Amino acid sequence: MASDQILVTSPPSGAEHVSAVAHRSLAILREAPKLPVGIILFVALVAIFAPLLAPHDAETSVKPIKIFAPAIYAGGTWDTALGTDFQGRDILSRLIYGARTSLIIGLLGTVFAGILGVTLGIVSGYMGGLWDQVIMRITDAKLALPSLVFGIFLAAVLSPGLWTIILILMIVFWTRYARVIRGEVLSLRERDFVKLAEVTGAGKIRVMFRHILPNIMNTAMVLFSLTVGVAIILEASLSFLGVGVPPPTPTWGNMLADARPTLISERWTLTVAPGICIMLLVLAANLLGDWMRVRLDPQLRNR
Amino acid sequence: MADALLEAQDLRKYFPVTSGGMFSRVKGYVKAVDGVSFSVYPGETLGVVGESGCGKTTTSKLVLTQEAPTSGSLIFKGKDVAQLRGRELKEYRQAVQVVFQDPFSSLSPRMRVGDIISEPLEVHSLMSRQGIKNHVGEVLELVGLPADVSRLFPHEFSGGQRQRIAIARALATNAELIVLDEPVSALDVSIRAHILTLLEELQKELGISYVFIGHDLAAVAHISDRIAVMYLGKIVETAESLELSNNPLHPYTKALFAASLPSHPDEDREEMAISGEVPSALNPPPGCHFHTRCPYYMERCSEEEPRLKEVSQSHTVACFLY
Repeated sequence: MASDQILVTSPPSGAEHVSAVAHRSLAILREAPKLPVGIILFVALVAIFAPLLAPHDAETSVKPIKIFAPAIYAGGTWDTALGTDFQGRDILSRLIYGARTSLIIGLLGTVFAGILGVTLGIVSGYMGGLWDQVIMRITDAKLALPSLVFGIFLAAVLSPGLWTIILILMIVFWTRYARVIRGEVLSLRERDFVKLAEVTGAGKIRVMFRHILPNIMNTAMVLFSLTVGVAIILEASLSFLGVGVPPPTPTWGNMLADARPTLISERWTLTVAPGICIMLLVLAANLLGDWMRVRLDPQLRNR
Repeated sequence: MADALLEAQDLRKYFPVTSGGMFSRVKGYVKAVDGVSFSVYPGETLGVVGESGCGKTTTSKLVLTQEAPTSGSLIFKGKDVAQLRGRELKEYRQAVQVVFQDPFSSLSPRMRVGDIISEPLEVHSLMSRQGIKNHVGEVLELVGLPADVSRLFPHEFSGGQRQRIAIARALATNAELIVLDEPVSALDVSIRAHILTLLEELQKELGISYVFIGHDLAAVAHISDRIAVMYLGKIVETAESLELSNNPLHPYTKALFAASLPSHPDEDREEMAISGEVPSALNPPPGCHFHTRCPYYMERCSEEEPRLKEVSQSHTVACFLY
């Protein structure tokens, strides 16, 4: 009886243990790819401190309408470093404020979609039977619709606005979570610790949220970071098509839409600047998601 | 002897086999448990042995109310388990606990040891928060682990320690019956003896009954008071542990003992090997299920089903040889 007792090392005391956990999460962060994390942090900081960083107000004209005036052009000023748009608004300021909209919509939309999708996925996978059938058939029906077309339809039906777009993203993206999570739950519910909880007499809600939820959080996090990029693109697409966040609020998508007539004119910063912003943010989100997928995969984790 | 704690009477569990598809027909039944009767007395250990697919695990699922029996009944303290509802069912689930085979799968990887052990207490709201905390420490010490490991996660432990944690959880609600579903099969041989000894000590101290399911005859014979040998959903022989190992009667039991390692290398034993595979439970052979592999096959065996017959006191066997 004694020999395997000796193997019990004395556990670290409270404070030490907490600092060990903090240390480990710091180590994970240090391991994260620098570029995507850097881009996302940069965009987040810009969005948070937009009023301090933006040289001008984003929604009012600062220059006469006809003047383009980016800094590198003759007659341009550093005051409007990237030039002004057709209504004389400073492009840089609009980009800075646009980061707010893009991030808020991208993150909140995906988080809400995640909450809905994970909940339904767990219920579907764990309860099985009719629950499963109904939820999965709705998911199938939803997946049969192209997300952009469905998004446009919803945007046309609902009144436009920030929260409407977030709602649309939630409705469009929950199915991704539900599908994957359901699959994961199907295998988890056969595990012994779930059976043990059932044998003990734990209720279904308790099993679902105390035992299954913590074990699918990895997958949910990966899905989350991979979906953020797509959500930002969908927001931009909706705004570009004129059914997104209504003007004059700047978003990178409706900046592109405003600049549509100038595609072949010399005012190239109008389209290129928001385009590059969208591209970099989405790329960063996807790279981070990809890294998380590998990092959180239990089979690849401890290498 | 006192009244049985748990009594199974002619327990059956048939799983329908369907052709699949929306309008599926039932093609047949897998008779996983086919008329099994046994009883477990307070403070004793009933061993259940048999090879894979003989219905051991289904029997344990029936006891744990994971599956409902097709027919037959389970009587716990004089009450039919299938009839228990609400409060009584909760009490049953409090009194009957389980330890699974694989301690790597039976402890939730995302919960701390303390939460794992206190879960049954929370579910049945038996104690206050502080009471639970103290109790967790007590049961951990009972299974030979220091009380302060309750803050750690399961992956910080070895297999043997994890199995101790699983046992601690089973003990937390003051269980009266613990189903041990091959609790040592997944462990290193060197750790097995520790866990078996621990289980015996706990039984002596707390007077718990065990249903010990296993395929390792040495382990089962060591810990059990009585053993039931199962083959294809039926019990073929039951006897006191010592009696069974000294005097196995059923040809299948003999073969099982012949196949296990002798306790002493010089021991002179009857050599007996059975050939062939276990027949399909979907379509078991007529008569005695074992006749296709039995070295003592008689014509009668394939026509008539042998009943369990008492050959000496508390030694029953289902075979026409006796």
